[in-house]
Amino acid sequence: MTMVYDEALDVFEPVLGLETHVELGTASKMFCGCRTTFGAPPNTQVCPTCLALPGALPTANAMAIESTIRIGLALNCSIAEWCRFARKNYFYPDMPKNYQISQYDEPLCFDGYVDVEVDGETVRIEIERVHLEEDTGKSTHVGGATGRIHGADYSIVDYNRAGIPLVEIVTKPIPGTDRLAPEAARAYVTELREIMRSLGVSDVRMEEGSLRCDVNVSLMPRGASEWGTRTETKNVNSLRSVERAVRSEIERQAGVLAGGGKIVQETRHFHEDTGTTTSGRSKEEAQDYRYFPEPDLVPIAPDPAWVSELKATLPELPSVRRKRLQAEWGLSDLDMQAMRNADAIDLVEATVAVGAPPADARKWWMGELARRANETATPLADLPITPDDIARVTKLVTSGALNDKLAREVLEGVLAGEGTPDEVVEKRGLRIVNDEGELSAIIDQVLADNADVADKVRSGKLAAAGALVGGVMRASKGKADAARARQLILEKLGVSE
Amino acid sequence: MSAITRDEVAHLARLSRLALTGDELDHYATQLDAIIEAVAKVAEVAAEDVPPSSHALPLTNVFRADEVRQSLTPEQALAGAPAVEDDRFRVPRILGEEA
Repeated sequence: MTMVYDEALDVFEPVLGLETHVELGTASKMFCGCRTTFGAPPNTQVCPTCLALPGALPTANAMAIESTIRIGLALNCSIAEWCRFARKNYFYPDMPKNYQISQYDEPLCFDGYVDVEVDGETVRIEIERVHLEEDTGKSTHVGGATGRIHGADYSIVDYNRAGIPLVEIVTKPIPGTDRLAPEAARAYVTELREIMRSLGVSDVRMEEGSLRCDVNVSLMPRGASEWGTRTETKNVNSLRSVERAVRSEIERQAGVLAGGGKIVQETRHFHEDTGTTTSGRSKEEAQDYRYFPEPDLVPIAPDPAWVSELKATLPELPSVRRKRLQAEWGLSDLDMQAMRNADAIDLVEATVAVGAPPADARKWWMGELARRANETATPLADLPITPDDIARVTKLVTSGALNDKLAREVLEGVLAGEGTPDEVVEKRGLRIVNDEGELSAIIDQVLADNADVADKVRSGKLAAAGALVGGVMRASKGKADAARARQLILEKLGVSE
Repeated sequence: MSAITRDEVAHLARLSRLALTGDELDHYATQLDAIIEAVAKVAEVAAEDVPPSSHALPLTNVFRADEVRQSLTPEQALAGAPAVEDDRFRVPRILGEEA
């Protein structure tokens, strides 16, 4: 039996822990020169080293080491003066070597922190370690009802992903987030994702698995000082799922504990469809992995001068950048948060950078385009429209060539693949009627058709002019400049505002 | 003194997916004991001024540039596989014994 979230939190306090895996965006793999392209045909990016053929030896990718150190620095970590890779031995076919090269008691980066915003408050999440390892191959389980490993008849493995550099970022236990534990977990992963993006070390696409999260949750009775037994929920693959997995695991554990049961330390699997977790394998003890220093690779001893240089050349971090942009754009906390949630900050900034006023850039990305992204369940950045396009459209509006309604049609055309904004304007004939003669003729027709309304305006009822402007807009199929039309109508009727 | 128990050998055998008989467990426990004793003798010799080493050469920071090199073709990669399906390595049921 699970317990309702609010009731669970009346009785228990959660302690969180998050392990996040980030696939680095290097051109080649961690220990060999194979490509790392996502979605390549199976087993086309493999070689003797990542297939563990006899005699093949690994050599560490310098860029992966550098990226990992930069991640550590961005997370306020200390950088090891000397450390080694270690073999993690286990018996799954997702690694052809029967071990994964990882790091054990000598991580490259350790003891850092990151501050995240949760419900308007700053929460400091402490980082235990950041280490470098290699990703595993991708197994597809065949047979059985669910396509899952349980009940499968056999599995087929693609090793394209095996050996892609993978950074694991582990938090220290996070007590004290209380009812906001699910939101805190999500805020942390969100912040990490933005930090990785700002560093340019990974494309951090959760849907493609280049950012994956394991969520540890334990509960203790309110007021207790000793933490409960934790479970680890694996491979939670969206920000929303991080939040849901924490919530669901709190509800489940509270139900078990309230019923007098015990929590088993185990790996659990999160299911997107139900939003709940189910039991996986019981977790192997660290000693079962029989870690030992990797004899095929020599130790890493980063030159302190190099580390200092990397630190000095870190980009502006997302939290600092958000504060700066919020001030520059004059936005409220709420507006800024909305933009962040919609993943619109980078896009608006890029649009402003090519000349659009911030308010206009924000209006289009957060309005029309965010709506379209939502409708089609596409990340905003993946819509087939660029900051340049938006900047061009805002320019056309500012110069009076388009009004908002026509601008929306232009965006629609661009999204439909009809070309650049200018090409869409041309093809669809969307330019505002700014030929005075043409506009004048349309107005004369509208005045003639609506003589009664025209009389009202003539007698001083200016409010009635709106109907005439509306008539002009309809007659011009939206292409008239409404403000100019109003001006001309009033002139023709001999009244003034 | 026995450093390795029969139960520990059984545990290691399970982790390594080796099916050992009772006789073999006893046999290997004795052998592993002898190996550990031999290593212990080496440890006795190790002086404090000799740091533990995991490598024969005193090298650090051997890296390669992040450059793409030619991979194998799928045909080459799969040539030695006992079973293949859809250009992937086909492997026996993974969770067989636990499922």
